[in-house]
Amino acid sequence: MAHTSHLLAQLLDLFAAGLLLLSFAMLSERRTQRLVTLFAWQGAVLFASTLLVAYSAALREVYYSAALTLILKVIVLPWILHRLIRRLGAEWDSELLVNVPVTMLLGLGLVIFAFGLAQPISTLAATITRNTLGIALAVILLAFLMMITRRKAVTQVIGFLAMENGLFFAATSATYGMPMVIELGIALDVLVGVLILGVFFFQIREQFDSLDLHHLETLKED
Amino acid sequence: MTWYLRPAGEVLLAIAAAPLAAPLFAGWIAQCRAWMQNRSAPPLIQPYRMLHKLFQKEVALATDASFLFRVTPYVLFATMVLAAAIIPTVATGLPFAQVADAIALIGLFATARVFMALAAMDVGTAFGTLGARREMMIGFLAEPALLMVLFNTFLLSGSTALPRLVETYRAHPSLIEPSLLFAAVAFLMVLLAENARIPIDNPATHLELTMIHEAMLLEYSARHLALMEWAASLKLFNYACIGFALFLPWGIATRATSNGLGLVIAVASLAGKLIVAGAALALIETLSAKLRIFRAPEYLATAFILAVLGLLVHLLLGGQA
Repeated sequence: MAHTSHLLAQLLDLFAAGLLLLSFAMLSERRTQRLVTLFAWQGAVLFASTLLVAYSAALREVYYSAALTLILKVIVLPWILHRLIRRLGAEWDSELLVNVPVTMLLGLGLVIFAFGLAQPISTLAATITRNTLGIALAVILLAFLMMITRRKAVTQVIGFLAMENGLFFAATSATYGMPMVIELGIALDVLVGVLILGVFFFQIREQFDSLDLHHLETLKED
Repeated sequence: MTWYLRPAGEVLLAIAAAPLAAPLFAGWIAQCRAWMQNRSAPPLIQPYRMLHKLFQKEVALATDASFLFRVTPYVLFATMVLAAAIIPTVATGLPFAQVADAIALIGLFATARVFMALAAMDVGTAFGTLGARREMMIGFLAEPALLMVLFNTFLLSGSTALPRLVETYRAHPSLIEPSLLFAAVAFLMVLLAENARIPIDNPATHLELTMIHEAMLLEYSARHLALMEWAASLKLFNYACIGFALFLPWGIATRATSNGLGLVIAVASLAGKLIVAGAALALIETLSAKLRIFRAPEYLATAFILAVLGLLVHLLLGGQA
């Protein structure tokens, strides 16, 4: 039994590392469509790790939230985003404000910061996933960084969704997930949010002929 | 009386087997690539035929070629063969590995690179110089990334020797190390860049402006060219074997299993790994497009940062386990 739980903990660490790796891949990705694919992969890794947590803790609720992750983050949201991108014609390079090596270095700094921040918290936690809290925090911060360094509306939404992935992972790793009602609420929020933002994209493009958000900074025409 | 026969035999095996197998690996990759790109594939032994043909031709030297230009192919080939003797390809009990660790291995690759760049500049053609400069740029970015990847694995085994690393893995078969995930991705990126494969360089290019590796070979002919090509395929083989030793060490014969059966298993698993790795490399090259040369620093910086992240993850996750 001890051997199995050790193996499970190692596998969870591996999935956590996979999430972090995918976050960095997203940070360095220029093409919007590939970004969505990477987001779907992140969802898939999240699903696998949640399933593992559910198995190791034998909690039925966590199984439900794993299923929710699979449906929402691996299938529905990437599908909506792909459709949106194709209809907006925004498949190509997304404008980066900072070049990739600098972004990656910033990301590295964020990871160190997140690890340092999580160290004292994770010593208090009693779950088998306590080591991964730092990684979850790092995933959230990296998604923040991605939102800051991108200019296009679509990539900002993907960054927002990636941040939600990180929060979800933090919740499962620190406390075996949130109560079911809250989780359902968040899932619905995210889904509706993406649908509304999809409408916004078309409005922004109609107004400014582009999805570049710096047009929104000026309040009126000169 | 026979105390020296066994190590001598092992050295001979390492020195002879790797150069003989390396063109086969290159041929296999070329074949996979042709299949995936809907072309009719060249036969598996095409690289051998190429070498055979080149060895029979007469050498044409540029009038300005110096001693350095003529000696470089031999230096290059010798360093690659020596590197092959250090890497634990089928067995960990290598005589050479006791004196040369993985950092010496990187030094060997660097020596080869410097000689190659100098020889390319020696003749004084524009393309040779261009290729040499590009090669040095990529080399100086790829080397720290490779070192960081190796440090990741050194942290696990507590030693800079590759055989010790393999033996550490074999002693703990159920060990899953998340930091190696980062290191493996970084290593793959470095492997592609260092061996003039597609995201950075196209090994089959005939367009001078995009050349890196090929530009340095333009002035070579006959047996010199043959040795250069052979050394290039040997380098790819060596990198693949380093990758297996670092990340997929299953089947490599350790001190305990270094008998007849163990070696047969080791050779069979090596062949299997090479077949899969060759197909995977061909797939990557088919799916990805060549990067602009100015994107290469970005690509290699990513590899470096991933390797550093591996170290960080090891300190966070592995430090408490």
